[in-house]
Amino acid sequence: MDLKDLYQEIILDHGKNPRNLGKFDNYNKDAKGNNPLCGDNVHVYLRLNENKKVEDIAFEGHGCAISMASASIMTDMVRGKEEKEVKEIVNDFLGMIKEKDSLETNILKDDEKTKLMSLSGVKQYPMRVKCATLSWHTLTSALDNSDQIVKTEE
Amino acid sequence: MNIDDIKREFPIFDDKIQNNDLVYLDSANSSQKPRVVVDRIYDFYTKEFSNVGRSVHYLAVAATNLYEQTRVSVQKYINAKDKDEIVFTKGATEAINLVANTFGQKYLSEGDEVLLTELEHHSNYVPWHFLRKAKNIKIEFAEINDDGEVTLEAIEKKITNKTKIISVSHLSNVTGAILPIKEIVQLAHSKNIPVLIDGCQGAPHLKLDMQDIDCDFYAISGHKMYGPTGIGILYAKKKWLEDLPPYQGGGGMINEVKKEGITYGELPNKYEAGTMATAQVIAFNESIKFMEKIGIQNIEKHEKELLDYGLEKLRKNNSVNIIGNPKEKGGVISFTIEGVHPHDIATILDEDGVAIRAGHHCCQILHDKLNLPATARASFGVYNTKDDIDKLDEAINKCKKIFNL
Repeated sequence: MDLKDLYQEIILDHGKNPRNLGKFDNYNKDAKGNNPLCGDNVHVYLRLNENKKVEDIAFEGHGCAISMASASIMTDMVRGKEEKEVKEIVNDFLGMIKEKDSLETNILKDDEKTKLMSLSGVKQYPMRVKCATLSWHTLTSALDNSDQIVKTEE
Repeated sequence: MNIDDIKREFPIFDDKIQNNDLVYLDSANSSQKPRVVVDRIYDFYTKEFSNVGRSVHYLAVAATNLYEQTRVSVQKYINAKDKDEIVFTKGATEAINLVANTFGQKYLSEGDEVLLTELEHHSNYVPWHFLRKAKNIKIEFAEINDDGEVTLEAIEKKITNKTKIISVSHLSNVTGAILPIKEIVQLAHSKNIPVLIDGCQGAPHLKLDMQDIDCDFYAISGHKMYGPTGIGILYAKKKWLEDLPPYQGGGGMINEVKKEGITYGELPNKYEAGTMATAQVIAFNESIKFMEKIGIQNIEKHEKELLDYGLEKLRKNNSVNIIGNPKEKGGVISFTIEGVHPHDIATILDEDGVAIRAGHHCCQILHDKLNLPATARASFGVYNTKDDIDKLDEAINKCKKIFNL
């Protein structure tokens, strides 16, 4: 295990200064997620336009550097994408965190993939995987209009 | 006492963990086990195993005697009046559930109040919450003060003529506050209210005398007392154990079972249904002997020295914020670092072999009150040294460096 894999510069940066933190007025989808073990929570807000495109996205919440960075990078990455594309990115990311060595989707550019791969360090820390995945599960829940609060404890 | 000698009795410290010497600062969560305890489990299973309290063959009788010897050891260790006041459970959680369930069944009804405190562990809240749902009772919380303590006055303030039982921690697993339990019991008894003490953090670190404290119930966790997991103890005054209904039904706890009715066994069998954690109970006797050999006063003194040293050291460390400042405090230091989430602290400290806990430590009510989602916590056991605290301090500095603080 190497700490440098986990706390890469980009993670520390996004963790400290999360992008898209807050709430905006005209969102039309949202969902909450929490991690009971850590006490971390996240609330994802997004606006899907008539073409099913993510017009805007933001999140509120608090958590460790990993979870804040993950939510920050995620919101940056899915803005402007279509719902179908967002779901593909989410699945690809969760698959990568879970088992795959790399990201496979063609939707993301190489530099975007590199950015996302910075979160792959959590694979070596099973207890921290849910920190990285919480906001992504919550995004799915928002898209699916699920009323269920996402919990990382299965 | 020589800590190096004591530490050598714990096999976990023999080898490196992830290439580091282990700095184990998570004893409030669970303590490490001395060799005598581990060996006892092995020996029992390999040379002496049988179920207890049932068959009459040699092994069964010998095992039963061993099992009952632990009961007597515990009785003496906590100075209970009678060995029948010692009930083995699977843990302190089950001990509290046992009381909440049986006392609740018999004595609680709609509108009655159970008085807890804001610093209770979830295991001393959730079992009572079940009753809130089932019986429509109310739960009151005595408040903590700014130092993270619960005073006698704070308890008194919340007692009403509806208060039916008071259930409080002996020692907080977050702020380390030691509650004035003897005074709480006196006050409660003057109003005919029984008291349960959650002794999870008290029993491993403080001298216990049930007859002096005079509480009605005291819950103990075995695995925090250098003992195996899967064993806890409920101390209860005999009058309660005789008076309250049984908890779980099954073999071992009955007297006579007929189609038309059942009578229950005598104490302590009444509360020990099914095959118990036999090996663990028997090995727990070694934990008691281990603690007796060192002497609880010496353990207390050692941990107090560590606490004072740790507080002094961490107070000097800029950006470390220590949670609570109780006058009477056990070997627990919860802290935050401005700008670093406790889970990041714990992961970074772990890289250097410093094992702490991060999170809400099963005390969400307390963390809500403190307005903190999580804290980091270093807690001490008999095997810790000042060197461990120096390593903690160094690892905290490394953590600050990674986060550019």
